[in-house]
Amino acid sequence: MYLLSGENITCGYSSIDILSNCTIGVKRGQIASIVGPNGAGKSTAMKAIFGLLGIRKGKIFLDGEDITNLQPQERVLKGMGFVPQTNNIFPSLSVQENLEMGAFIQAKNCENMLNYIYELFPILRDKRYQQAGELSGGQRQQVAVGRALMTSPKVLMLDEPSAGVSPIVMEGIFKKIKEIANQGTAILMVEQNAKQALTISDLGFVLNQGKNLFTDTGKSLLDNKEVRQAFLGG
Amino acid sequence: MDFLNGITLIANYIIIPGLTYGSQLALGALGITIIYTVLRFSNFAHGEFMSFGTMTSILLTWLFSNLGIKLGIFPTAILVLPIAILITIFYCLIIDKFVFKFYRQQKSKSVITLIVSIGVMFFSGGLIRFIIGPGDKNFFDGERFILKAKTFKALTGLNEGLAIKTTQGVTIILTILLVFLLFWFLNKTKTGKSMRAYSDNQELALLSGINPEKVVLITWIITGTLACVAGTLYGLDKSYKPFTYLHLVLPIFAAAIVGGVGNPVGAIIGGFVIAFSELFITFAYKKIFYYLLPYEIVPNGLLQILSTDYKIAVSFIILVLVLLIKPTGIYKGKVI
Amino acid sequence: MQNKNYILQLFSCMFLMLLLVGFFQSWNLALSIFNLCIISAIMSLGINIQWGNAGIVNFGVMGFAALGGLANVIISMPPTLNAWEEGGILILSGIVTFIISIFCSIYLWKKLNIDKKKKYVITSIIIATSYFLMRYIIDIPILTIESIEPAKTGYLGGFDLPVIISWPIGGLLAALTAYAIGKIALGLRSDYLAIATLGISEIIIYVLKNEDWLSRGVKNVNGLPRPVPYEIELQSKQWVIEIAQFTNVSLPEISSIIVKLSYSFLFIIILIGILILLEIALKSPWGRMMRAIRDNEVSANAMGKNIKKRHLQVFIIGSAIIGIAGAMLTTLDGQFTPVSYQPLRFTFLVWIMVIIGGSGNNFGSIIGGFIIWFFWIQAEPIGLWLIAFITSYVSDSNLIKNHLLENAAHMRLMFMGIILLVTLRFAPKGLIPEVKR
Repeated sequence: MYLLSGENITCGYSSIDILSNCTIGVKRGQIASIVGPNGAGKSTAMKAIFGLLGIRKGKIFLDGEDITNLQPQERVLKGMGFVPQTNNIFPSLSVQENLEMGAFIQAKNCENMLNYIYELFPILRDKRYQQAGELSGGQRQQVAVGRALMTSPKVLMLDEPSAGVSPIVMEGIFKKIKEIANQGTAILMVEQNAKQALTISDLGFVLNQGKNLFTDTGKSLLDNKEVRQAFLGG
Repeated sequence: MDFLNGITLIANYIIIPGLTYGSQLALGALGITIIYTVLRFSNFAHGEFMSFGTMTSILLTWLFSNLGIKLGIFPTAILVLPIAILITIFYCLIIDKFVFKFYRQQKSKSVITLIVSIGVMFFSGGLIRFIIGPGDKNFFDGERFILKAKTFKALTGLNEGLAIKTTQGVTIILTILLVFLLFWFLNKTKTGKSMRAYSDNQELALLSGINPEKVVLITWIITGTLACVAGTLYGLDKSYKPFTYLHLVLPIFAAAIVGGVGNPVGAIIGGFVIAFSELFITFAYKKIFYYLLPYEIVPNGLLQILSTDYKIAVSFIILVLVLLIKPTGIYKGKVI
Repeated sequence: MQNKNYILQLFSCMFLMLLLVGFFQSWNLALSIFNLCIISAIMSLGINIQWGNAGIVNFGVMGFAALGGLANVIISMPPTLNAWEEGGILILSGIVTFIISIFCSIYLWKKLNIDKKKKYVITSIIIATSYFLMRYIIDIPILTIESIEPAKTGYLGGFDLPVIISWPIGGLLAALTAYAIGKIALGLRSDYLAIATLGISEIIIYVLKNEDWLSRGVKNVNGLPRPVPYEIELQSKQWVIEIAQFTNVSLPEISSIIVKLSYSFLFIIILIGILILLEIALKSPWGRMMRAIRDNEVSANAMGKNIKKRHLQVFIIGSAIIGIAGAMLTTLDGQFTPVSYQPLRFTFLVWIMVIIGGSGNNFGSIIGGFIIWFFWIQAEPIGLWLIAFITSYVSDSNLIKNHLLENAAHMRLMFMGIILLVTLRFAPKGLIPEVKR
């Protein structure tokens, strides 16, 4: 039973279907990754599940509740967090203000959550009064994730969390993602670096040309010869 | 003694007028900057919004004077300012509802909205002239000076006098107050922060549950307030004529750009830079040299860098120079 | 291709309106509106090629038109001989020195290979020194020249050539200025460019207002020669008297109509000439490229098109057209009055013309110029009539009614605003939309 799932969703821009009849989901406390080549519809799937893009067919469930017709903001209130791939921080606001904005609709527990995030990302505590736009790529990504965590979501959606950062920083980010999952927040992410992502994932979805080709645990996908040859570069 | 006279001369002719004019420009530039950062267009109608605010102040001043309500030594306009501000905000909101909102929803290019704002400028300019007429209106009342030149001379025994007009004092104090309030609002309150967040990254602000309509509403409240206060102060200090306010919009844009568009601190700095350069460049230094140098070596002529007729042109020259050398402005802002 | 009938209908409506003005108000008024309509149409053609075809926002119409006006003074007025003797040469050489030093500093800026701060210091020293040098050279001759019969001359005067030459020269003057402005400002993005061009045109107007030695500043230059005969001359001509008798119109009126008609004739030739040239240019590969750049700068750039150069070209062409129109306007007025150059009347009104007519379409710009100018003039009587109509049941002594009637003239600004806003909202492509070529 998925915590968050998009069941048999079909969607796209104008008249073209980017995604057809895909089922994607994540279970409580687990990590799920969507991998696949460029243009496979990974980011589209994320947007559709978060409600940034209307879907033509299918349904979206959160914790058994049908949320297909809710606005993104309402989904945030229901316990979803989303970190877009780009433009995911407020560059001229300070780090702390960025985090506060994350809790804009849910002001309670702001202090506690701030402390939790500063413990998760200690560097942010040191730089909390600095403008977020001045930080390095990895630190920005931490701010972005922190912002989305401020509402203490049941499930956190990450669109390419490792985009544009160095391999070392990427490793750090994946570590943090695992830590967050261990604290009980389910994570659904899209990743370009399929190998690393599947390594930490409980569940993986391989998308190609808008179709869901494989759904399996991360480990068995990594072991699957066909997947390895076609999508993981051998 | 000569040195003190020289200083007094500069204070009287440059520093105090510069602070006053700079404050007026800074308030205007703040209005333009805030519209630019939050709603993302260059608002050419801002001068007319200022004019509208001033007109409201004038009409209310007349009304209050007829009723016999006064504010002692201060101009009645200060007393009516809160009401005038409310009316100006109301006007801005109506314009937004019927004009700007559409283009915001369409996500039009900023240059299209700029042209739309020119339509608003024409309409507002016509409306204002229709209501109050195109003529010169002086609505200053109360005590003229806080410090008279004569009193200063008697007090200090200097040759040069230092005069501070009531309007100058009021302008500077009100500006400090307003700027303080604005920065407190933007940096310390939740709503202010959400406004900055919205201007930084609209998409993410929506995701965070910031209500765009509320941000827009507050933006116009701030803009209306700034426009009304800036316009009224300018009108009190100089005099009110609808025509001048159309021309004021360019020095104000200059101030906003020179300071760095999109940055409130920059707008304030820009206002003072423009005001002081206008005065410094067109000031006749002859008298000062007489005080500071031996009489014989002071050259002939007025010793002006540019003739006083070019006073307002100075702001455009600085604008062009800044655009050439550092388009982001002194205090780094967003590039339009 | 565009629906030709539709365009024809629009123009016929326009002429019908002008005819109505002729019948109900006066033929003189109708013709003077018509002449200014043509000039407005030419100005909007100039803006249209920049905005409609290249997406350049030029708010400097006022400055270019004023330069065209200045050309009238320089070309057609008689020279003030003693002014030249008293130091005209000195002034010119002073200014030339300054300009040369600016070019030198630009050259040095490009050639010198040192860090930026030093460059700034060096250039500013060069420019400041040469500025004060220029002031040292020209200050005294300026005073002398301006004191030569200040009520009549007090300026250098012109070349005493036929005034019609000033039209191309006005275009040339505007083109040269546009080159300089374009070099400075065309790299800026749209909003900045708008403000920069507006600022620069204000500077131009300030110079014209204050440099009395050049064009008498705010004292204006009156009595510019005409390319067409004077009314007085006409009134003594036999054929004019015959026409007056035949049409039963007073002699002064018929002579003034003939003068206006001759202007109309000249203006129409220019308008059609410019229109044909523009149509040819825009149909050529050059025009296609301009529109390609407008629609997608990034990909045009990627295809190796030199965007900056194209923009500069189109900026110069458009500004030159405005300069020509400005020169024609001053010739029509018969005087050069720097104070009359207002951004509202020039820059913004012309922009309204282009938007209403249809950006990107030359015929649209022409009809826009006609309609907007027509209403700019006729808004006042219409406004008066409207208010009189609305308040017709109110007694004549009513204060509000009188106030409204008194200020009805300002309805024109409101009209213009509303027309612009309504167009942008409901027909953003204008009356005659751009043709996809």
